[in-house]
Amino acid sequence: MENHAAESPKTLAERRPLSPHLAIYKPSLTMTMSIVHRLTGAALYFGTLLLVWWLVAMASGPAQFATAQWFMTSIFGRLILLGYTWALLHHMLGGLRHFVWDTGAGFDETWRERLTVFSLIGSVSLTLVIWVTAYLVR
Amino acid sequence: MKFSEMQSDRSKVSGLGSAKSGTGHFWQQRLTAIANVPLAIAFIVLVLMSLSRDYAGARALMGYPLSALLLLLFVGSGVYHMRLGMQVIIEDYVHGEGTKIAALIANNFFALMVGGSAILAILKLSFAV
Repeated sequence: MENHAAESPKTLAERRPLSPHLAIYKPSLTMTMSIVHRLTGAALYFGTLLLVWWLVAMASGPAQFATAQWFMTSIFGRLILLGYTWALLHHMLGGLRHFVWDTGAGFDETWRERLTVFSLIGSVSLTLVIWVTAYLVR
Repeated sequence: MKFSEMQSDRSKVSGLGSAKSGTGHFWQQRLTAIANVPLAIAFIVLVLMSLSRDYAGARALMGYPLSALLLLLFVGSGVYHMRLGMQVIIEDYVHGEGTKIAALIANNFFALMVGGSAILAILKLSFAV
């Protein structure tokens, strides 16, 4: 075996094998969805602050509730809630995909691609259904 | 030396590995995930139902026993699930030992604050009905 230490002045820590960086892979849909699953999870984490604000405002009184409603029905608020709806549904469908994988099924190339596309189409369509319903009942 | 040879007999029997919690994290993550599916749907339906109501109507809807129960369960299961998820994100990306511990503590406090505030609000709405 050749001696790397002799030709390289790098320290032991620098010469340790690194796990492959994401950038060396050709981007694929399943990989992007994996990242998106984590991102939507993190977004939902901080989005709970909105849910708490809404519930606490409702429990506090009409003035506080009106302030919360004013924010959530503003253009900015609506965009956040639209994103939140999609993130929740996408994370949910991504989770259902994981339940399928937990049984050992759906790992072959056809099905893992299919499940990815299903969850993407599903989350976008369900978001639209919910928002159309919201505007109809309002 | 094999890994099993380095473990004590007691450790081999409990089978919880070096993190001392075995598959507990994974199991609780999946358990809350299963619960979150119907609970999140119930939450979305409740929010949609509240849109056509005024302040008093929305309060009455959320304070109604069944809605309050579903909201409480959603908050409990959801907050626990997100606490587990954020823990993994922190463990994956925060490498400094001090920063990591600080972030893990903050994660627990955030989850407790969010959960505590939401539960208090739901109970207040529920007892007002």
